[in-house]
Amino acid sequence: MSLESEVGVFVGAVLQYFGTTVQQAAVCGTPHLALNAPPELSDYTGVIRVSGKRSGLVAFTAPKSMLSVMLMRMQETDMSHANLCDLVGEVANTLAGNARRDFGQQFQISVPEVISGREGRLEYPVAGRPIVIPIEWRNYHARLIVCLR
Amino acid sequence: MESPRHRLLVVDDSNVIRRRIERANEVPGIEFVGSASNGVEALEMHARLQPTLVTMDLTMPEMDGAECVSQLVQRDPQLRILVISALADKLTAIEALERGASGFLCKPFTDRQLNDALRKLIDAP
Repeated sequence: MSLESEVGVFVGAVLQYFGTTVQQAAVCGTPHLALNAPPELSDYTGVIRVSGKRSGLVAFTAPKSMLSVMLMRMQETDMSHANLCDLVGEVANTLAGNARRDFGQQFQISVPEVISGREGRLEYPVAGRPIVIPIEWRNYHARLIVCLR
Repeated sequence: MESPRHRLLVVDDSNVIRRRIERANEVPGIEFVGSASNGVEALEMHARLQPTLVTMDLTMPEMDGAECVSQLVQRDPQLRILVISALADKLTAIEALERGASGFLCKPFTDRQLNDALRKLIDAP
């Protein structure tokens, strides 16, 4: 699968997630490689480790305000730190899991890890080149970071 | 008012998803009885609550959903299990059905899709 097709798989998963779960479309910006510095993280980051035929990670990072509104759209009233962590992990899990439709069963994914705080750091695979997919939803900005070998 | 004929146990490691399934269930005759966050907890709650329906995530800590489906079906062959997972490849769905699940719903899902899947689960002969 070409790099362009791989990115397309994740863009498709993002669009489907927002259209379905919070029933308001998101827009993906131009994906780009993070060549000079690791991608910036937002308030909460959900990380899925990938193993099997491919290895690396898929991470969804979003501001607290955006996650809170997403919970509201899901009729959730509990906006606690624990639930925000839970949601960001679940989004990452869903986007990575959906990629198996195209990557196959050998695209094995972990349970989510969550990083809270913008100062957190992701451990990328050696020689991995993270691809950043910007996501705009309402007036909020999030990112999907995909780094696979 | 119709008394519930089906007792629903929700199994998912995400609290947000567990609560959403509980809230979204509008199928007459299905009563939510409890939730579990992994396979081990699900086996314990099954013994205690005697559900007739289960929604089951696959990727979970402690014991994953596939193993839990096998163990639950072995204990209770009449139990109806709807696997709800983000793992969207066909082989995973087939494997879940082979282990004894009655249906498969892919995340993300709308409330309507969830209710349709639950309805199918209880309407199946």
